[in-house]
Amino acid sequence: MQLALDEDQEMIAQTARDFLEENSPVARFRALRDEGAELGYSADLFKEMAGLGWAGIPFDEKQGGAGMGLAELVLIVEALGRKLAPEPFIGGVTMGGSALSLGGNTALIDAWLPSVIDGGKVVAFAHQEARSRYDVCRVETRAEADGDGFKLTGEKVQVLDAVGADAVIIPARVSGEAGDRDGLTLFLVETGASGVSVIRQNRLDHRNAAIVRLDDVHVSSSAILGVAGQGATLLEDVIERATVVLCGEMLGGMFEAFDLTVDYLKTRDQFGTKIGTFQGLQHRAANVFMELELARSCVMAAARAVDAGDKDAKKLVSLAKARCSDAYVLAANEGVQMFAGVGMTDEYDIGFYMKRARASELTFGDSSYHRNRWAEMGKY
Amino acid sequence: MSDLETFRQETRFWLEENGPKGLRGRTATDIEGVWGGQKWVPEHPDERVWLERMGAKGWTAPTWPTEYGGGGLSKEEAKVLAEEMRVLRLPQALVGFGLTMIGPTLLRFGNEEQKKQHLPRICRGEIRWCQGYSEPGSGSDLASLQTKAERDGDDFIINGTKVWTSYADKADWIFALVRDDNSGIKQEGISFLLIDMDDPGVNVSPILLISGKSPFCETHFTDVRVPVSNVIHEIGAGWTVAKALLGHEREMIAGTFGSGAKSKAPNGRSALSSLAVERVGERDGRVDDPVVRDDVAQTEMDTKAFGLTVKRTQDAAKVGHLPGPESSMFKVYGTELNMRRYELMVRILGPDALGWEGEGFDTFALDTTREWLRSRGNSIEGGTSEIQLNIISKRVLGLPD
Repeated sequence: MQLALDEDQEMIAQTARDFLEENSPVARFRALRDEGAELGYSADLFKEMAGLGWAGIPFDEKQGGAGMGLAELVLIVEALGRKLAPEPFIGGVTMGGSALSLGGNTALIDAWLPSVIDGGKVVAFAHQEARSRYDVCRVETRAEADGDGFKLTGEKVQVLDAVGADAVIIPARVSGEAGDRDGLTLFLVETGASGVSVIRQNRLDHRNAAIVRLDDVHVSSSAILGVAGQGATLLEDVIERATVVLCGEMLGGMFEAFDLTVDYLKTRDQFGTKIGTFQGLQHRAANVFMELELARSCVMAAARAVDAGDKDAKKLVSLAKARCSDAYVLAANEGVQMFAGVGMTDEYDIGFYMKRARASELTFGDSSYHRNRWAEMGKY
Repeated sequence: MSDLETFRQETRFWLEENGPKGLRGRTATDIEGVWGGQKWVPEHPDERVWLERMGAKGWTAPTWPTEYGGGGLSKEEAKVLAEEMRVLRLPQALVGFGLTMIGPTLLRFGNEEQKKQHLPRICRGEIRWCQGYSEPGSGSDLASLQTKAERDGDDFIINGTKVWTSYADKADWIFALVRDDNSGIKQEGISFLLIDMDDPGVNVSPILLISGKSPFCETHFTDVRVPVSNVIHEIGAGWTVAKALLGHEREMIAGTFGSGAKSKAPNGRSALSSLAVERVGERDGRVDDPVVRDDVAQTEMDTKAFGLTVKRTQDAAKVGHLPGPESSMFKVYGTELNMRRYELMVRILGPDALGWEGEGFDTFALDTTREWLRSRGNSIEGGTSEIQLNIISKRVLGLPD
């Protein structure tokens, strides 16, 4: 494993950063928030990003993708995360796209993946139910045999990028109890199908997220992704990949929050001097710096390990998510504290990062969840 | 067959012939390895044989030029040598400050005569070196040092005291910072000087530490006469040499702590988690105390994250990038991490960790306690953690003075 960017990767990172700098200042996110935009992101800008090839990065060339991996995709989402750009790269591209790509259903791949890659369609992925916390197998949504297919009933919550999505992938239970790994099947459900309702949820980070309610929704057996009744493997693989990509986005956010803070320390006058001269603040800033650098190394390693299918990939994913969760929250908390009074106001951007940090921390497992998972994998 | 492959075969053959069986499986770290020198007493009879054989080939300093006693190997060949030594589980024949600190400094700053005089003897392990930087009055503020060098013809007359000189009681020579001029700013007027510890007027007294051991000494200089030709680089330019050497020392310290915790117990657990399971107890395959278990996980994950960051710097260097800002954190993070690890080990041992010596305490617990006490110095020696944080704040983050 090489933990350094090669020339192509350097270029991808630079291009993404330049594009976001040019087209997506944080003011754009603020405006979307102020408008209360239902979609929460710009469909046009998303298409433009997809036009640059970004949405095809992690997919196989045979499937119409760029044949790269998460190591490259994290560079794109890092740039998005810096500017809080809310375009659907995690829920849509990574979760929906990966489920299609890994799901082994060629008809569904042919029908949907090209549009995911060119930005024409969004396929969301519903991994969460009320009170399921981080246990993706705690699924109560039922799939019962219905003619030549199944009838789905249940409710998914906080489905990322589901508002405006063309389809949502639904893990549903064909047997067993909530929490069992066995008895899950993943279905692609079109949002226009009879019995599907998508209801916008308002989260503190204003991200596109929705309740997806399924009332006796009929789906054909041809809509199954992965192995029927054994969908937990695909479900977990999708979450594993999405966790890495979320970590990439978090890196962008924490570094930007820190840059804003360091700039402020250099410009804010108190007691006749810049507050950045105070050792009490300098050492805290140095501490944040170290945590950020450690987090970056872990994300690079996790992305490469998942791409290569390394046997310790899951450990590295847990390491990355635990560190990013703690580091982003630290950078944002310290940022608000160092901005002090104005840091508490809606006018300043630093507060957005604090909210985004929290939302990201509590998605796909926080640091204590991942320490526990790490210990389990370490057999203690 | 490529040249490198030929070299590998020849090396393997030579090592099999010459690597003493009695040393195989022994480790050679800065703590346990052979430091050589005139006062050296080998722990194992084969250590001297091994040092002589390796020294004769220059393989104690594989990449140094042959004219100075080194092996003259390319980086690739040196890597092959290290790999083949690992295969046979042979320890390094020689460790210490000669190879890691003063040697590289002489190669960079020394003149021809100085290199010829000192480097071959370092390679052969004949001279053990110690470092004379800190003084009783100058701790973190190193540049405030006051050990005086007065010019007398072709000599300097040295008066003053150095403190925290590691293993000065076992060393033959010392590289020291001395002040020959007080007129400018404090970083000026310092010279980097090599002094023979056998010179009249040099006295060494060990310092007893809280761990009960004395790895450090106080070294006193009373009217010690040293030729001016023993100055490395230029007179008054010692600060430049010292900074280069300190950077090296911090890297070395960080490297030592970055490579820890790789040992695996047979059950697939890490050394730390095995210890926790063994000493705290196990319930349903987990450490019986959930808080200790969480602390073990945190420490392991910190260690892994740190190791990956060290690797990131090395990989970036390989593809030709300059060291990134992350390298400035190695000393402070690596040492603080090592200290946290020992704190946790002592907590895991519980009352068993309270032994100082003698009956009723197992060796592992006794060693761990002493090492925990020793580790408390990690965040102080080689530049305190606070100094490291100052460096990050000012040089990396650009925060104002």
